[in-house]
This record gives sequence, C-alpha cells and structure tokens, in this order.
Amino acid sequence: MPQAVRSHVHIDAAATSDDPVVEVRGVSKTYADVEALRNIDLDFARGKLTTLLGPSGCGKTTLLKIIAGLIPASSGEVRVNGRVVTGPGPERAFVFQDFALMPWATVMRNVAFGLELRGVSPAERRRVAMQYIEKVGLAGFEDKYPHELSGGMRQRVGIARAFAVNADVLLLDEPFSAVDEQNRRKFQEDLLRLIEIEKKTFIFVTHSIEEAVYVSDRIVLLSPRPGRVSQVIDPDIDRSASPDDIRRAPAYLDTVEEIWDGLRQYAD
Amino acid sequence: MSSSVNLGDVTGVHKNPINVVQLLGRAFDARPALWSVASLALLFSAWEIAGLIPISIAFPTFSATVAAFVEMVLDGTMAHAYFLTLQPLILGIAISAVFGIVIGVVMGLSQKAEWLMAPVFIVLQAAPMAALVPLVTFVYGIGLTAKTLAVIMLALPVIVLNSYKAVRHANPSLIAMCCSFQGTRLQQIVKIIIPDASPVMFAGLRLGIAAGFIGVMLAELLITPTGVGDLITYHRSVANYAHMYAAVASIIVVSTVTLAGLQRFELRFLRPEKRKR
Repeated sequence: MPQAVRSHVHIDAAATSDDPVVEVRGVSKTYADVEALRNIDLDFARGKLTTLLGPSGCGKTTLLKIIAGLIPASSGEVRVNGRVVTGPGPERAFVFQDFALMPWATVMRNVAFGLELRGVSPAERRRVAMQYIEKVGLAGFEDKYPHELSGGMRQRVGIARAFAVNADVLLLDEPFSAVDEQNRRKFQEDLLRLIEIEKKTFIFVTHSIEEAVYVSDRIVLLSPRPGRVSQVIDPDIDRSASPDDIRRAPAYLDTVEEIWDGLRQYAD
Repeated sequence: MSSSVNLGDVTGVHKNPINVVQLLGRAFDARPALWSVASLALLFSAWEIAGLIPISIAFPTFSATVAAFVEMVLDGTMAHAYFLTLQPLILGIAISAVFGIVIGVVMGLSQKAEWLMAPVFIVLQAAPMAALVPLVTFVYGIGLTAKTLAVIMLALPVIVLNSYKAVRHANPSLIAMCCSFQGTRLQQIVKIIIPDASPVMFAGLRLGIAAGFIGVMLAELLITPTGVGDLITYHRSVANYAHMYAAVASIIVVSTVTLAGLQRFELRFLRPEKRKR
C-alpha cells in the first residue's frame, strides 16, 4: 500500500499559504459504500489559481462540488472567507464541465442568469453581462442561442456567467474537457489574461497535466480510491512570457515530467 | 444528369418531358410544402379510385364526400353539430390541461405526491376507457357533464403522466447550476424545471388532446347521440355514406389542425431557439 504512506506528505506544504480564502479541513466523502475522499486538508490562497489534478476516480470533482456547497461532505468542513460552507454562496461561482447553459435562453440571458436570480434590474444585468460577454470575446453573439455556438464558445458563456456575479472564488470543473484541442489552447491563454484582469481566486479541476502546469500557481495532486492529497507542487514559471515560450520553458517541461512521474503509478 | 440522359435513351422519349420532371424536382426542392400537398393528393386520388371501383357500396368517392361536406356546411347541420361537440371537448381539454399539468408537476417535484397519485393515473391510462364511458352515463345521464367527463377520463392520465416524467427528468446539471447561483426553489421550478420540461409536457398535451377527441366521439357514439357523433350515426343508419364519411373526415381535420396549432404555439412562445433552426 504505497498510497497510504504518500497521503501524509502534503500536510506542511498545504499549511504554507499566507492568506487562504478557502480552507478545507478534514473533509471526507463516502457514497453508499464507496469512499470518494479521505481526510482532505487544503488551503487555497487568495488571488491564485490552484489546480486539483488527478486520474479519473480521484474525487477531484467531488471535492470541488463540496467547496461549492453543491454536495455535503460526510465529515470535516470547508470555510470560505472564514465562514463555514453550508450551501452555495454569493462569494463562489461555478463553471460546469457540460456548460449547463439553458438552451431556450440567449447568450445574454444565460450570462445574466446569476444576476436575474438575485433580482438585479434588467437594465443593470444587461449592462454587467454585456461587459463580460465582451471580455470573453463573444461580442456580437449576445442574441444567439447555445446550439448556435461551438463548444468553446459555449464554455465562454459559462465563464462569463460566473464572472458576472462578481464572486471572490471561481470554481471550474474541467471547463475545457468538452472543447477541442485548438480551441482549448486559445482558451487557456484567454483564461490567463482574464485572471490577470480580474484578480480572483480560481480553483480548477482538470485531468490534463499540461493544462494544469500551464495555468496554475499551485497544483494539488490527488490519488485515487479513496481520494487523498498525494503531492502539492508550485510550478516556478514566468507567466509574463509569451504562451509559446512558456510551453517551451525548461521549468514548464520539468514540472510536467515531475507530475507525470507522480501519476504514472495510477495509469491503467 | 447522366440518369436523365439514360432515361431518355431507354424510353426513347425526347428531352422535353424529362425537363418537366427536372423542373418539378427543382420546385419540390425549393418548396418542401409541395411534398405534403403531393402526399394528400396521392391519398385523395387513391380514395377516389377506391370509391369508383367500388371496394364497398358503403365506401363513397372522395369527390362525393367533399360534395356532401359542402352541402352540410351550407345547410347548417355541420355548424350545429360542432357547436354541440366542441362544448364538452373544449371544456374537458381545458380542465384536463390545467389539472393535468398541475398534478403532473406536483408529482414530479414531490416524491410523496408521486407515491400518492402515480398508481391511480397509471391504472387509468392502462384501462380500456371505451368500456368505462357507458358507466359515466349511469351516474351523470346523457348531458354535457357526461360528455365532458368522458373527455377528461381519456385526456387527463396521459397529460399527468407526461408532465410528471418531464419534470422528474429535468436536466440535473441545469438544476445544480441554478442552485450554485443561489436560486430559490421557486426560481428553480419556474425558470429551469418547467421550461426544460415543456417539450415533453407539450407532447403530453398533444397526446391528451388527441385522446380528448377520441373521448368526445366515444361519448357521442356510445352515450348521447348528439353533435358530430350523431351526424355519423344518423347518416350511417340511413345509408347516406358520403355524408357519414364527410362527418368522420371533418373531425379528423379539426383534430389535426388543433394539434398542429398547438405545436406552433409551443415553438412560438416556449422554445424560441427551435424556431430559428
């Protein structure tokens, strides 16, 4: 059982965050007789992008949904800005893997939906939504319906919707997994630019090592069945370089290799 | 191109008739509605020929049926019959639609309501209603109430069960999305579940209305000889087959037009994204 030993490695690495906006304390989750997560302790630093990375079945999406308040933890607690999470809250916004766009609503209404639910006036939510539609590069598409957009454009709608409610923490559940490779790269570059502008905290779930290293300030590796923190990596990559230079930088390539070494044992 | 040339060679026909075929082909491509017209023309021609053979002395030609229809419209019997038939039909369908959708949505949202009511409607849907319609006569006589009840008995179960299934199968990802943006339960129902369920709910409504037409015809044929059912029964009894067929065909047309109208209403007001396709 080499995994059992690894699960203790993370603890001091997790405790080093200076200003944690999200604190996960002893979170476990058991579905019926399946143990999805075991005793997770993590801090997520304000203004940083942290990635939860791991093979399928490691519970990374479950952990993200527990932080979002969409599913309850079996034990342990999550605190956001010091307050214990009991359900979804205005300081968190979620981006769904399958986009979760209303097919009967235009891009404009989808982006403004979070504001609509809060009772913001139509004029005001149009104004705010338009601003984010432009920021994600969908200007001119605001009256289109989701089925008229490509997968990449649909997820831009999902991201604009999350930005529009002005949450402190954005939770992204494999946002690019349903987007084709070319668009995914462009999308990752756009995301880094948005992170630069918006200064928010991002928690990002992915199973792509390259994607994780490319976008993350910190990468949390989870091991599967049950999900535990196996390693925490802070890639030392110069984000001011051009996207192509980042992807060729030795630090980038070394980090990808280091993570792959850690995950190799879980590959089928 | 090559096929048209081959056709000309084989049949030895000059190019002109083939050009007519090509022109027709182009016209059909440009206006798909022509296919529906052609389909009806084919049906009516077959009807006319079958009537001319004749396959039965009780089977009139299409033209005789149309003539009988025009006659009944002009002398007012058609209008009078529909005045009587549409009352229980509209009343019954309106009651079934309102109660059916409300009951179905409540059953879809609440497990307890489902346990309480689902068995009743599943049994009602499975039961051969034609056998139960005469029982209504014993209780409510032969008036408007009995006819309306017959419509409800046929229309309500399918509307309830479709609404219930539509709500129960609303996209869980959209519901989670609504939760994540702190939507209230009411907002979740009104803004997510009902719009998402509306296509299946409308399919149920269409089936329910079709069943309502069956209900009112059964009632008029089995319980109370009035309205369009009486037209059919009366003209059959006096061997006036063209008139009988005209009455039968008219109710089919009314039913079809109603259902097509409902579909248009749904596309127009509830699913704007489908209209653009």
